[in-house]
Amino acid sequence: MAAQHTRSPAGRLSGVSGWSGRAMVAVVLAVFVVFFAVPIVWLLLATTKSARGLSTGNPFTPGGAGDLSANAEQLFGFQDGAVVTWMSHSAMYALGALVVTLVASIPAGYALALTPFRARRLLLVLTLIVMLIPNTALVLPIFLELNAVGLIGSPLSVILPMSFFPFGVYLTYLYFSTSMPRDLLAAARIDGCREIQVFTRIALPLATPIVALVAFFSFVQNWNNFFLPFVMLPSSDGYPMQVGLTSLLASTPAFNPSSAGSQSVQLPALALATVVSVLPVLVVFLVSQRFLVAGMTAGGTKE
Amino acid sequence: MTVVDETAVPVAVATARPAGRRANVMGYGFVAVYALLMLVFGLLPVLYAGYLGFTDDTGRFAGLANFTRVAGDFRFWPAVSHVALYLLVWLVALVVLVTALAIVVHAIRIRWLGGALRLVFYLPGALAGASSVLLWLFVLDPTASPVRPLLRLLGFDSFVQVVVPGNLPVVFAVIAFWTGAGGWIVIMYGALNNIGAEVIEAARVDGASVVQIAWRIQLPMLRRWISYMCVMSLAAGTQLFVEPQLLAQASNAVVPNDYSLNQLAYQYAFQQNDFNGAAAISLLLLVVALALSAVFVTRGGLFEKG
Repeated sequence: MAAQHTRSPAGRLSGVSGWSGRAMVAVVLAVFVVFFAVPIVWLLLATTKSARGLSTGNPFTPGGAGDLSANAEQLFGFQDGAVVTWMSHSAMYALGALVVTLVASIPAGYALALTPFRARRLLLVLTLIVMLIPNTALVLPIFLELNAVGLIGSPLSVILPMSFFPFGVYLTYLYFSTSMPRDLLAAARIDGCREIQVFTRIALPLATPIVALVAFFSFVQNWNNFFLPFVMLPSSDGYPMQVGLTSLLASTPAFNPSSAGSQSVQLPALALATVVSVLPVLVVFLVSQRFLVAGMTAGGTKE
Repeated sequence: MTVVDETAVPVAVATARPAGRRANVMGYGFVAVYALLMLVFGLLPVLYAGYLGFTDDTGRFAGLANFTRVAGDFRFWPAVSHVALYLLVWLVALVVLVTALAIVVHAIRIRWLGGALRLVFYLPGALAGASSVLLWLFVLDPTASPVRPLLRLLGFDSFVQVVVPGNLPVVFAVIAFWTGAGGWIVIMYGALNNIGAEVIEAARVDGASVVQIAWRIQLPMLRRWISYMCVMSLAAGTQLFVEPQLLAQASNAVVPNDYSLNQLAYQYAFQQNDFNGAAAISLLLLVVALALSAVFVTRGGLFEKG
């Protein structure tokens, strides 16, 4: 940003001094807005077009409702409604893992922050270390392990590994160790609350925001997970939507010429599949934008 | 890891003292489920992969045989170089662009505009995994792309021309940047907010220009965050899988299905039924990821107080 070295009279684009500096910044920002936004806008429009319209027409004019419903028909007719099955699997895996994650990580974060016990430090350090291992790094080792005990192919082989969510524990730990009024907990104990009651009656209601935050992160991450279910589920009967997309891709003649046939999928239907596959996450993102952003920032800071 | 031990555990405990032994037992009760998951899906897999990596298919100790076999595979070093090249392109783009964009967006004083920009940058994060790759298959396919003229201008007339292996590091970097950069921009933005207004004001009074403020004050104060971003991205990037996997499928093998290390490990396990070899590759990837994490924890200083 080559602004001149004159002092800015507190402009609206604060600080970027001078007219030409501001113009440059505006251009750079515009380029990036186009880069980030155009693919999404185009994708939404593509679902309303016919295969012909997609390749010949102006990319940014919408098609028609007729084409949209034709695309939907083609997509949901694919392999007798496989898409619906995959979506329901996605929901089952993501929500199942979400529940286990919450049951496991909220009490754990609470105990790590507020109760002294011997293995506490070890667990905390391990949490920090595993939190930094990329998700995918453990997928093949987990496959090898689950293969040894014969669990491959069962929904549990996806749900349980997803449920291990050290980042959620870390967030909860941060929250409880920084913003939980300890006097309140002590008072409850003096009043005769058992430890479990202190947790369920006092700590948990106060921690609603962090519970929601962990739930959002866990849901989004699980919904989008590809490698884990791809490896754990050998047959398409158990696929979630993300993995199901590969079956659709394999049946799209534009990307796989050998697939032309009665079960083939045209590009606009594939675009629709992409939209459908992210719809729940997109909704979650839009509804809880501020909230997620605050959490992401908190997850990085130490406080 | 003693460094973490000392620094990462700042506040807790000291003030809370529920009756000793009982609390101890409760503590274990509260962490039980999580500890179990950690054991089964964090520690045991690593140990089991370690066991497989150092034994042969009859379970006998094999020394480094699996590792040398894997490293001697003609596909191994190309895969290493593919991943390394991709990481290089991606990291440079990430550091330069994310930092610059965060500083610029932070400088915007019009509230709704700043907020809208962050949302636009952040939203693609909703499309992760296979969905984002699929979207970019469209964008990169000249027959359907919204940026057809641009692709033609660059001399690409068909999808296969776009995804020749030489272009892939850039292609994957673009996909990863599109999906992930927004989240980091938001994090950097938050970090910039934490820089005291009086520091910036003082610099301005002393006659520093915006560029000087960005370079001399904001950038150094973002350093910790940039190193955090680098190491997380570096560690995650070593695990490249879904992008080349889908591209291999969509390009009719113009992109090989053993392009990345994780794909190669997958091939070992599922095409060759060589779990020992797969375990060896996984271990190598894990060691790299862990080593990078260790660098981050000890050098990045993110868990230090203050």
